[in-house]
Amino acid sequence: MTLFSFLKKSRVLIGISFFLLTLALFIDLYEKIEPGYYNGILYMQFIPSLLKFIQTLSLSAAGGFIIVLILTFATGRLYCSTICPLGIYQDIISWFAKKLSKKKIFYKFKPGKKIVKYSLLTLFTIALLTGSAFIVLWLDPYSIIGRFFSFVIEPIAAAINNTVATIAQRYDNYNFYHVTVHHVSWLPLSITLAIMITIGILAYKRGRLFCNLICPVGTFLGEASKLSLLKVKFNSNNCTKCGKCAAVCKSECIDIKNQSIDIERCVTCFNCLQSCPDGAMLFGPFKTTPHNNNPGIEKSKPQKEEVHNKDRRKLVTTAIVLLTSAKVYSLKKNQLPESQQNLTRNKIEYYPSPPGSKSIKRFNSICTSCALCVSACPTKVLQPSITEYGLKGFMQPYMDFSTNYCNFECHECSDVCPTGAILPLPLEEKKRTQLGKVVFLKENCIVYTDNTDCGACSEHCPTKAVDMVPYRDGLLIPEVNVDICIGCGACEYPCPVPYPFRAIYVNGNSEHILADPPDEGEAQIYEPEEDFPF
Amino acid sequence: MSMKRREFLTKSVSAGIATTVVPLMFGDLDKLSAKPPANGNYDLAAIRGGSPEEMFEKAIESLGGYDRFIKPGQSVLIKPNIGWDTPPERAANTNPDLVGHMVKRAFEVGAESVTVFDHTCDQWDRCYRNSGIEAAVRDNGGRIIPGNNERNYVEVSNPNGKRLKTVKVHEALHNNDVFINVPVLKHHGSTTVTAAIKNLMGVIWDRRYYHGNNLSQCIADFLHYRKPDLNIIDGYRMMTQNGPKGVSVNDLVDLGALIAGTDIVAVDTAATLFFGSQPEEISHVRIAEEMGLGTTNLETLSVNRVRIS
Repeated sequence: MTLFSFLKKSRVLIGISFFLLTLALFIDLYEKIEPGYYNGILYMQFIPSLLKFIQTLSLSAAGGFIIVLILTFATGRLYCSTICPLGIYQDIISWFAKKLSKKKIFYKFKPGKKIVKYSLLTLFTIALLTGSAFIVLWLDPYSIIGRFFSFVIEPIAAAINNTVATIAQRYDNYNFYHVTVHHVSWLPLSITLAIMITIGILAYKRGRLFCNLICPVGTFLGEASKLSLLKVKFNSNNCTKCGKCAAVCKSECIDIKNQSIDIERCVTCFNCLQSCPDGAMLFGPFKTTPHNNNPGIEKSKPQKEEVHNKDRRKLVTTAIVLLTSAKVYSLKKNQLPESQQNLTRNKIEYYPSPPGSKSIKRFNSICTSCALCVSACPTKVLQPSITEYGLKGFMQPYMDFSTNYCNFECHECSDVCPTGAILPLPLEEKKRTQLGKVVFLKENCIVYTDNTDCGACSEHCPTKAVDMVPYRDGLLIPEVNVDICIGCGACEYPCPVPYPFRAIYVNGNSEHILADPPDEGEAQIYEPEEDFPF
Repeated sequence: MSMKRREFLTKSVSAGIATTVVPLMFGDLDKLSAKPPANGNYDLAAIRGGSPEEMFEKAIESLGGYDRFIKPGQSVLIKPNIGWDTPPERAANTNPDLVGHMVKRAFEVGAESVTVFDHTCDQWDRCYRNSGIEAAVRDNGGRIIPGNNERNYVEVSNPNGKRLKTVKVHEALHNNDVFINVPVLKHHGSTTVTAAIKNLMGVIWDRRYYHGNNLSQCIADFLHYRKPDLNIIDGYRMMTQNGPKGVSVNDLVDLGALIAGTDIVAVDTAATLFFGSQPEEISHVRIAEEMGLGTTNLETLSVNRVRIS
């Protein structure tokens, strides 16, 4: 195996590994993956890592974007070829496209569309600066494929699992069990599917066009890659202009006529290196390559240097802009006015945001809706919003108590969130974090209307913020204590009164607060008068 | 009878029951002698002291042995309470040691298979795991199956029920020869006390229907459809407040009791009395008796009361 074929095979192997590992996080139906692995596997995702760094200022929790930058300065956009799961998704589709095509020359050089891509990068940067996550979530590649994994692939995986479980259980094997096949509501589902099909078609026809036209991470790393130490380049002496390299270039960035490579679009996939029969493609340090004795290239050197300096300035500016957004972010948190998102249905003022998100405003400004928490949430109480957060929070997860309630003993979402929109929240703290407050409508309650026992709300309440107190005819009726309520929805979910007339429901807090600890009382001593009271 | 009584007295005394208590015990025994056990088997056993396993052994011996209920080659369904994602020391679920022991002993008397499940309230797989019951069942060779999927429930009619005319029950009820109910005795926000009858809400699918259609009536109605062959009530730790899930270990007292019997209304009566309430105060127990599904009058039954230590 030659060096170039080794490079290419390694790239494919690493890429598929990252893709499958990331996918595994979204389809961990049996909760087998420890939370620590989530951070490890997603550590290098560029935008989540950048956002989390801004939130936590911790390199160990979120320094991946720096490693990606260093990697890019060393070897170009290897990130796009190995770490980005959306990139690998496109590679898989273009691989099939190539297999199915009879064309010998599959890709042709196309000039880059700078205006589009720089406009989108600018928009994206401004969105990051201003905490406009509702724009970021449409462009961040990890979040785009995250939603696809969560909304589309996970239910399919669950259905497959259930089929296997049905068959296994028929043979008395209970190692597989049925999981709830829950799909999110049709709007986020169809939008996500439409976006992925579009990207798929682009990949089928034009390889990495999405990455070099739309993806702001691709554009940014493209700028960075111009400075990279190792690059792909022509050795004009050997080149016969056979065009084999351009025919395999997914980025359509190899210009045979001029023997030049539009390096900012190159995703360092090594395909061209391996394809060249004449040893005319090189991968090495740009300036110090020993093969570089071509006068043509020598001549153009000064020009390139100039370009380099310009690039460097542009890159430094972008980097500063991205990094200063940290400050702006943290300042903005305190300056935000109380939201006016008045969601009138069910008299719910706010739908609660997940525990660890601190406030709805803060959450809305950071969450890129990768939906990892939606997949990880064992009860599926976390669902992508439609209008629950208003337009600004479209598709960001909210606590949907019509689907289920939040398990008291669980803080999975805060463990897995890669962007820091949901910050790690120790379990003991989570158990006292009030996402919302319970509202009890006696006039809707079955005990009042039907004069029968119920108490489903109080049964499920983990803190006894809903207690049953004597009522009439020996019946008990709920009584609420909002001070110890954490807004988990355990009362709302089992209430037998249908929506939108629930007798008990949770109204979210715009800012999460610390609830009083539940009254644990004193240890009891059992001193019966007799051993057997009968 | 005399053998039993002598045996009981010997054990009680040797176990060191305070002399002040003994006259009380005699009083109880005199009352009990009104109804001697038929065929040497008591109708109901109430045991205090000792480990859950020891109490189970005493209780099942009083009822005529485990093999009276489980014949060789039979398939057994054991239904504990696994409703909550809480650890064993919180006693919101049936004691895992007791469940594990019952599984083990079922095999010893010749059971062909032992199946365990509950339709939990909290997230089912975490309940199974964190209650310690999943491990206890597996370690003793039993199998624990999910109760979280509607596909495993079959609709049956219950013509004698007042409010519960049809109900979706777990197929495990149909697939097994013997049905053993092993609830934990607890305070309950809705029904004040929960024990054997209420525990059967964990074999049906649509609990919200119960809550919306006269909860206590539905709970009692289910007994028209199916009564367990044996009820073992775990009162090793008893939750006296904040039930059925509880907030902390301070909700519990070390009752150290176990009740066993075939009359589900009677075992719940005994449990209710241990709890400190009267059976007529617990709606579903009262209704069940009114519908003729069992008795709350323990004096009509032969009751073996045993204090282990």
